This record gives sequence, structure tokens and C-alpha cells, in this order.
Amino acid sequence: MTEPQAFPPFRHRHLLGIGSLSPQDIELLLDRAEAAVAISRRPDKKISTLRGRTQINLFYEASTRTQSSFELAGKRLGADVMNMAVASSAVKKGETLIDTAMTLNAMRPDILVIRHSAAGAAALLAQKVGCSVINAGDGAHEHPTQALLDALTIRRAKGKLARLVVAICGDVLHSRVARSNIILLNAMGAQVRVIAPSTLLPAGIERMGVERFTRIEEGLKGADVVMMLRLQRERMAGAFVPSIREYFRFHGLDAAKLKVAKEDAIVMHPGPMNRGVEIASAIADGPQSVIQEQVEMGVAVRMAVMEALLETQIGTEAGA
Amino acid sequence: MSIVVLEKARIIDPSRMLDEIGTVIVEDGRVKEAGAGALNQGFPEGATVKDCSGLTIMPGLVDAHVHVGEPGAEHRETIASASRAAAAGGVTSIVTMPDTDPVIDDVALVEFVLRSARDTALVNVHPAAAITKGLKGLEMTEFALLQGAGAVALTEGRRTIASALVMRRALTYARDFSAVISHETQDPDLASYGVMNEGLFASWLGLPGIPREAELITLERDLSLARLTGGAYHASKLSTAISAAAVSRAKADGADVTAGVSINNLALNEMDVGEYRTFFRLTPPLRAEEDRAAMVEALKSGAIDIIVSSHDPQDVDTKRLPFSEAAPGAIGLETLLAAALRLHHNGEVPLLRLVEALSTAPARRFGLDAGTLKPGASADLILVDLDAPWVVKEDDILSRSKNTCFEGALMQGKVLQTLVAGRTVFSTE
Repeated sequence: MTEPQAFPPFRHRHLLGIGSLSPQDIELLLDRAEAAVAISRRPDKKISTLRGRTQINLFYEASTRTQSSFELAGKRLGADVMNMAVASSAVKKGETLIDTAMTLNAMRPDILVIRHSAAGAAALLAQKVGCSVINAGDGAHEHPTQALLDALTIRRAKGKLARLVVAICGDVLHSRVARSNIILLNAMGAQVRVIAPSTLLPAGIERMGVERFTRIEEGLKGADVVMMLRLQRERMAGAFVPSIREYFRFHGLDAAKLKVAKEDAIVMHPGPMNRGVEIASAIADGPQSVIQEQVEMGVAVRMAVMEALLETQIGTEAGA
Repeated sequence: MSIVVLEKARIIDPSRMLDEIGTVIVEDGRVKEAGAGALNQGFPEGATVKDCSGLTIMPGLVDAHVHVGEPGAEHRETIASASRAAAAGGVTSIVTMPDTDPVIDDVALVEFVLRSARDTALVNVHPAAAITKGLKGLEMTEFALLQGAGAVALTEGRRTIASALVMRRALTYARDFSAVISHETQDPDLASYGVMNEGLFASWLGLPGIPREAELITLERDLSLARLTGGAYHASKLSTAISAAAVSRAKADGADVTAGVSINNLALNEMDVGEYRTFFRLTPPLRAEEDRAAMVEALKSGAIDIIVSSHDPQDVDTKRLPFSEAAPGAIGLETLLAAALRLHHNGEVPLLRLVEALSTAPARRFGLDAGTLKPGASADLILVDLDAPWVVKEDDILSRSKNTCFEGALMQGKVLQTLVAGRTVFSTE
């Protein structure tokens, strides 16, 4: 059932961050993902590019959404997918990340998808295993497939990425989604703004290739894309912002604030949303929201990434 | 009666501001003479004479900040293994930190360290004792009894005392016995989850940062209390320009304060963390290049008195982890001199001042019979080829732990021979 389509080579063994990708790499992955969208919309959604391959999802942080997206992507490509239930495994008994990695590596998987609370965890794993590693989020560092699915969603809505004004709003400090998006959008020539209370911005933000705003009414002026970030519950009550109601009042996206953006601006959120905290329900479910589309693009992008990495693996083996 | 004669070497002795070609005569473990005056004298029969032309002799280094794993973590480092590493690095005296398991907060434990050192160590081992019982930051230990047992300083090791009141009383009480309070000043709240220098680089890595103010705020508090109490205070490891400036101000006010810097903060900067390299996770963290340069300047001017290795052995179990979960610290005894000599070779700090900061100054501050080649001094000295090139290799490391920041680094300047009380404890021959 495959439709062989020739894409230029993807010269990476792992996907650890957007930082290591060139604009060409990003274009390539987005183009491949477009093809995957078509597959996912057919009645028969299964192809066999990854038949016989083993994919292990190793999620140290619970994430129903990202984990099922990776699982579905692998299954649609024909791979055998295994979810490591970290919460009930040896990890809880004190086994280190490296020891777990070595154990899994001995089972000879082809792809390891890892989500971990520590920045750099995916890179550490990649040094120790023989297969491809995909970073599904490492601490506050990177979440490359999220940035790619966001880019694909934007490209489909706006036809391009270059010269668009993209406003990233909320907890940039703790957000790997924000970092990956800032890198990707800058690489593709978009104009990036961040809008957040100053307690939720990292040091040196001015030098990260973004324009900084603390007032959402100013930051959203003329924006083509409004990207909301999730605010973790434990950060709401006094630690970084005084309260939910104050946060929503000044930084939550509602109809009045959205009016400042371009009329055809799209609204995005990586999920899961806190309705009434960073985003009003009317906006989340409104006509400008592309949040559901993001979820669909997530599966497509992950299919594209896994196919591209596996082709590289095969290429390397053939060349060796 | 044994006599060793080391002829025609360049002799560096900061205790006498001496840098000249001369001869060192060691008799029965003590320096008999060291300098140009000892050249071309006749030597008594039976003396071992060695021609040291082209080589340099300096007092053995005194490392005022060394963590060992004994007691409690002998798999990382024992007093014996640390002393072998020290001897190879030209370090003849070490001050050991009290944050072991158990904590060195009791006379019996000071005695334990000294006994173990006497039985197993190649170099002089001087324990520092805890300021507070169990390092809990609450109740003072028995300063005078600990001092009587052989503790040369009082410190909390890696910990910082949060309470200004406890610090005030410690400084006040220590003054009665002329004991030095040595303190690492990192505000535990402000540094909180931080794992590296706060700034753009940390932000891109997604790692929580430690602002320079985390060091400064506690330091300023301590310096104010040193002024108030007249106590002897040593800031053990500073890392920033603003900290060095604060120490300078306190010194100008006449407070009895001194300060140290880790060799890592003189030789490396935050960029060395690279892609989450855990061996470069240190306390204080490696700072920006401007701060590194400022620390070199402060060392040169004397605002910073002492260079330490901050030797902190960590094993695979504490280092082969994600960066934020790894323990801070790096070993440093074997590379202390060579790394410091970089500052000499690139013209940043004069050799005499470097050796003073590595040997004479710490010996003076902690009251040790070391750091000098004056006639009558204990013959703790090292023979160095200042220009010999070598590469740091994991396999050559004598320390039980291999967490060096200098793996693969090209060094210039090698210790050829180390004498402790006249006895050769290390030699490349």
C-alpha cells in the first residue's frame, strides 16, 4: 500500500533538538509530513515502511497526548511499538537513566522515543545506545516534534512561515516548546515575539532572537499566529505569578485581547489546556483555533521524523 | 643524618620574595639553605647531590580545599589515594573538608582523620572541622577542643550557613581562639534549583541558573559580620567580579578577611559545560568569561588570596546522570599546578604571585608549617619543569575518581619530584 515518494536525504541519526537542524532539514520534514497527512486521512491508514522495526516509547513524565501520538505514528508506519511503563518499572526502584537505556538497547530497538524531566536527558541517552533517539521533550530544553507540528500547522494555514509575526505567550521560562519554536521560527525567517510576566522569562531572553513584551495587548498587535503556552499548576499560586485570576486577567487569551491580532490570526496551544487560566474556552473552541489540527499534524510529523531517521539508518548500514 | 643537595635550580620562594638561581640544601627533613647563597659551597660527605639546571624549585603547594571520601565514601577517594594524587600534583599539604559521613564535628573524628593520615598518607593532611554540629547550621561545635585536636579551620564544606545569627556567634567565639571560619557563600534559596551560571547559555540549554548575586548576598552578610565581630573570615571559593570587589572593600576597612578561588574558575568558563557535560557542573558554577578574567585580575592584585583545587571526587553513580541530577564537583589535585601555570605562561599572573597563592598564602592563613623555603622550614618542596608539555589522560589519574575537567587538555609544566619533610613521595624518575 506504499506510495514510494523520493525525498532528499535526512542526514541525522537522532532528533534531539531543532537546534541541530538546517532550514532545509526542516522543510524536508514538513514536506514528508504533508504526505503522511494524506495517509492518515485514508480509510486504510497503515503502510509498511517501518515493518519489522521496533519502537520503544520511554516516558519518564506522564503524557497521554504525546505518547499516543508517537504510538499511533509508529503503528501507522507498521512498526512494533512498545510503551515502557516507567512509573511501575525498575526506574522507580532507583535504576539510573543510563542503566535503563543499556537494558533497552540490549533488546535491539530501532527507535527510542524519550520524554524526561531533565534537560539533556535525550542527548545523554543518544550517547549510550545504538539506535535512533527522538527527543519527546527534555526538561526545559527542547521538544522538537512539537515545534515541527506547530510549523506544519502554521504552514498549512498561512501557506508560509517566513515573515509571519508569531507571538508566543506565557511560561517561556519553563517551556521546551517555546525554545524549540523560537529556534525553528527564527531559522525559517518568521518574526518571533514572546509575551509573559517577567518572572516567567529566562535570563538573556532579549538575545534569543525575539522581541519581548510584558503586555499582551501590545505584543499581539498585528500578529499572524498566537501561540499559547501551558502554565503548570504549581507555578500559579504565588511562586511565579500571584494567582490564577490575576494571570488570566493580564495574560489569559480572551476575545478582547485577540482582537488586537490580525483578523485572520490563528490560535494555537500545545495542550493540555488550562481553560480559564491561559486561554478562554470561547477562544479555544472558536473559529480561529487550530488546536485540533495541531493534534492531527502531530501524528503526521512523528511519522515523517521516524521514516526519515530510519532511512538514514538504512543508508548508513548500506554504506558501511 | 641525611643531606640532599639540589643544585643550580631557579628557586621561587614567595615567603622571602625570592626568585633566583641557587641551591637548596635539605638536612634531616628541614631546609638548611635555599637560595643563591648556597651555590658553590662545599657539601658534607655523603650528601646526595643533584644537578637541577633548567628546573625550578618551589615550596610544595598547600591546597586549602580538598574533599576526600574518607570516612563514608571510600569508593570515591580515601585519604591515601588523595595523598598519592596530591604528591603527583606537587601538593604537599591538604586541608580536608568536614562534610564526610560521619561529619567531622567531634574531637574523636578529627583524631580519626589524623590517625588515618599518619598511617596511610604521603603528604601532610590537616582536617578542617565543622562549624555546626552535623552541618545543620544551628549549634556550634567545640571550636577550641577541635582546634586542640588538630583542626586547622572551621567550615561547613559544601554547605552555607543560612542564619546570620549563627554566623555572627561563630565568628565571635572563634575569635577568642584565633580560629579561622572558612565559608562557601551560596545563598541556598536564591541558588535553589540552579545548576549552572545564570545567563543566555543556561537559558538555551534549558537549565536553571545561579545568579552571581547568590554568592554575593551571603558574602556581603559574612563580611559585615566579620567587620562587626573582628573574627577571622575566609571566603573559600568565590567566582565573580562583584564578589572580589566586596572582599577588596572589606580588606580596605581593615577586616580580617581573606578569599579563595577554585582553579576551575580561573581556567574555565560556562561555555565549557558544552552539551551538558556533567564534569563541568561545579560549585560555584563556571561563570561567564568576564568573571573568569576578573578573578584572574583579582588574584593578581591580591584581592583574592588563595587558589584551591576544590578537589571533589565523584564517581559514575553521581556523574553519569542528566546534568541537573548529577552531583557538582571535579577532582583537581593532580592538575592544580599545571592549570595554574597557564596563567604564568600566558603572562596573566607573575610566577611568584601564583606560587604565593598556591602555597605561601594558604599556609599563612591556616597557620601551617609550610609554604616557605626559609632555613629551618619543613622541607616540603617540589622540583618542577615549568615548560614540559604533557596531556591529561584518564588512565594516568591516581585519584580514585576520574571526574577531571581537564581530560585531554594539553598542559605545560610538570612536577618531577615532590618532597615532604625531605622524603621523596613522588618522582618521575
